[in-house]
Amino acid sequence: MKSEANGPQVYVIPCSGIGKPTASVAREATYRAIEDLRPGVADTLCLSLLTMGDAQTAAAVASTPCITVDGCPRLCARKNVELAGGQVCLALRVPDLLREHPGLTPAAVLEIGPQGEELADRLAAMLAHAIDGLVHKEDSVVGRS
Amino acid sequence: MLACSGECRASGTLSRVATRLVRDEYRADCTATLCLPLFLAGDEDERSFAREFPTITIDGCAKRCALIATEKHSGPVADSMVVEELTQVPPTLSRREPHGEALELARRLAEEIARRVDRVLANTTRHKEADQ
Repeated sequence: MKSEANGPQVYVIPCSGIGKPTASVAREATYRAIEDLRPGVADTLCLSLLTMGDAQTAAAVASTPCITVDGCPRLCARKNVELAGGQVCLALRVPDLLREHPGLTPAAVLEIGPQGEELADRLAAMLAHAIDGLVHKEDSVVGRS
Repeated sequence: MLACSGECRASGTLSRVATRLVRDEYRADCTATLCLPLFLAGDEDERSFAREFPTITIDGCAKRCALIATEKHSGPVADSMVVEELTQVPPTLSRREPHGEALELARRLAEEIARRVDRVLANTTRHKEADQ
């Protein structure tokens, strides 16, 4: 069973597409979740490295629950993690969250603006909740309280 | 321009931000960015664009994911650079969007990319004139 000493218990993998502000939101929300809200429990890894066939990265996603966060409907993060043999336990899409909160449109790719920051915060909270769910599920399986 | 945007290290973020600065500010009239995740996922529009137009890859680290992917799926690149080989990236630098000194570092990288864009365009123009 993974512990903090062994590595992250969950990987959160954003698409980090460079062309859309929603991809920047995906990336920022990921960092907020893994660095601010659930440090030491979740981490991220390079999607490009994974897709290029890096053995270490592929082994990591194959043995660890993954959450993907895509910035657009092309679902590059989800598709590439699945193709690499990763176990995608939850696939989030920023456009879905934006539909629920249309006033939180991010401004630009480099500066997502106050609305984008709010959207990233909400997404980060969702990620933290999902991380908790996955960690507790694993704990239940191995009989830890 | 095709940047790696690597999420796991600060140099990946610098590659992303510097590339976007060139696209948005420094050479807005003559550059475009390609989306590496989409490129890797097999999007033929991204791959054919890199085949048709001179492409510069900007990688964060020596793994060179953007360069390798472009050469594999689209052909030789016009130029390539690796952030960690061009500049000293402080080990404490955050992976998140840079501010302050980190943003200044991204801007210096963007200036270097812009210089390379100019060189590539000049070479492209020379070749076209020579062909005529």
